[in-house]
Amino acid sequence: MRYLDEYRDPVLARALLAELAQVTTRPWTLMEVCGGQTHTIVRQGIDELLPGGIRMIHGPGCPVCVTPLEILDQAMAIAQRPGTILASFGDMLRVPGSHTDLLSLRARGADVRVVYSPMDAVDIARRSPQRQVVFLAVGFETTAPANAMAVLHAAELGLTNFSVLVSHVLVPPAMTAVLTAADCRVQGFLAAGHVCAVMGWTEYEPLAATFRVPIVVTGFEPLDLLEGILMAVRQLEQGRHEVENQYARAVRRHGNDEAQRAIRRVFRVTDRTWRGIGTIPASGLALTGEFAALDAQRRFGVGRLTAREHPDCVAGDILTGTKTPLDCAAYGTRCTPRTPLGAPMVSAEGTCAAYHSAGRRRPATSRAAR
Amino acid sequence: MCLGIPGLITEVEPVDGLRTATVDFGGVRKRVCLAYTPAAGPGDYVIVHVGFAISVVDAAEAERTLAVLRAMDGVLEQELNP
Repeated sequence: MRYLDEYRDPVLARALLAELAQVTTRPWTLMEVCGGQTHTIVRQGIDELLPGGIRMIHGPGCPVCVTPLEILDQAMAIAQRPGTILASFGDMLRVPGSHTDLLSLRARGADVRVVYSPMDAVDIARRSPQRQVVFLAVGFETTAPANAMAVLHAAELGLTNFSVLVSHVLVPPAMTAVLTAADCRVQGFLAAGHVCAVMGWTEYEPLAATFRVPIVVTGFEPLDLLEGILMAVRQLEQGRHEVENQYARAVRRHGNDEAQRAIRRVFRVTDRTWRGIGTIPASGLALTGEFAALDAQRRFGVGRLTAREHPDCVAGDILTGTKTPLDCAAYGTRCTPRTPLGAPMVSAEGTCAAYHSAGRRRPATSRAAR
Repeated sequence: MCLGIPGLITEVEPVDGLRTATVDFGGVRKRVCLAYTPAAGPGDYVIVHVGFAISVVDAAEAERTLAVLRAMDGVLEQELNP
């Protein structure tokens, strides 16, 4: 397909790898922020083809993985009420909460529905006036415009049976959290191309300047990722730390104005808890006062639920790049995509699930040592 | 959920007052809201996230990127097989 196949050309990939080997004189550690990029890197084995010394750390950009346990428990509390329909993106259904997951609740009779777009949830509400329909609105800046439009559209239609359980997160504060961590080893970033398609990249310029790290806005196909890595390494080798745009076919400097306007009208910036990481100041979005009536936490009084993680899951270390899945004792044994202990094993964008579906295993020696 | 993919707009019509397109993703067709890409029309490629077009693919920029990569391949070929 156009704009996909040509960015998967193996001949050009080899040319990029050869160029990368030529410009690299020292070891460098880069982080790809987005889970979609992690998926491509691990699936295609890009990290294993890079010249020795260039290391990719997988970042916290998997929306399913960072949605806090409390929100999942709140969604499940709502789903168990008679007369409610809980709608969500498919990959949220298998994420384990404190006691169970949405898919298991559905098997026991709760009305939990998978939607492709949040607008589908608005449609369900319109067609089911006797039922309360709640959409679990999670994700980064990429899904925020869609969720904002669902809220605007429901308000315009005057629907009193539609609400949203919001747990939106923002990328730049998470990058700041990674950079200010005591054991940070990240020397350059591949920024998430589609987040920047919405928000532009001006937010990243102060980050690049303050922390002296190159940030390259990067696409999602193998050639995009290899070119993004090459651009970041070139900057590091030349002692530069700028924001560059590899993904020019989809990303403009100021992003998408219409989408940003809708986000600003529906959402305000708030502190958010990131699953496995903790609270990051000003790192998420909540509904503005104008749309408080559509807040499911208020409508169902579930805002105070708190929760605890599975003790064997090292999701926090995985999400900040301190550990890889191969460092986790539960990986591939007690924790698999069929029986996930934590969120990174659930979504295709989660690092653990990406490793598992690519068949990555611990070396035999370390297995024997366990 | 967060994966965005490019698709080709084949038709545009208003649905509930919102510009809505039929988008072809290599044979799979889906309805996509164009509220955030008001200038997009049939024949344009758009990046689609959860039912919304968030960006119009710039054909000239796409070609430019590929041209840079192909030139890189050409230079290497010359170095490897002079």
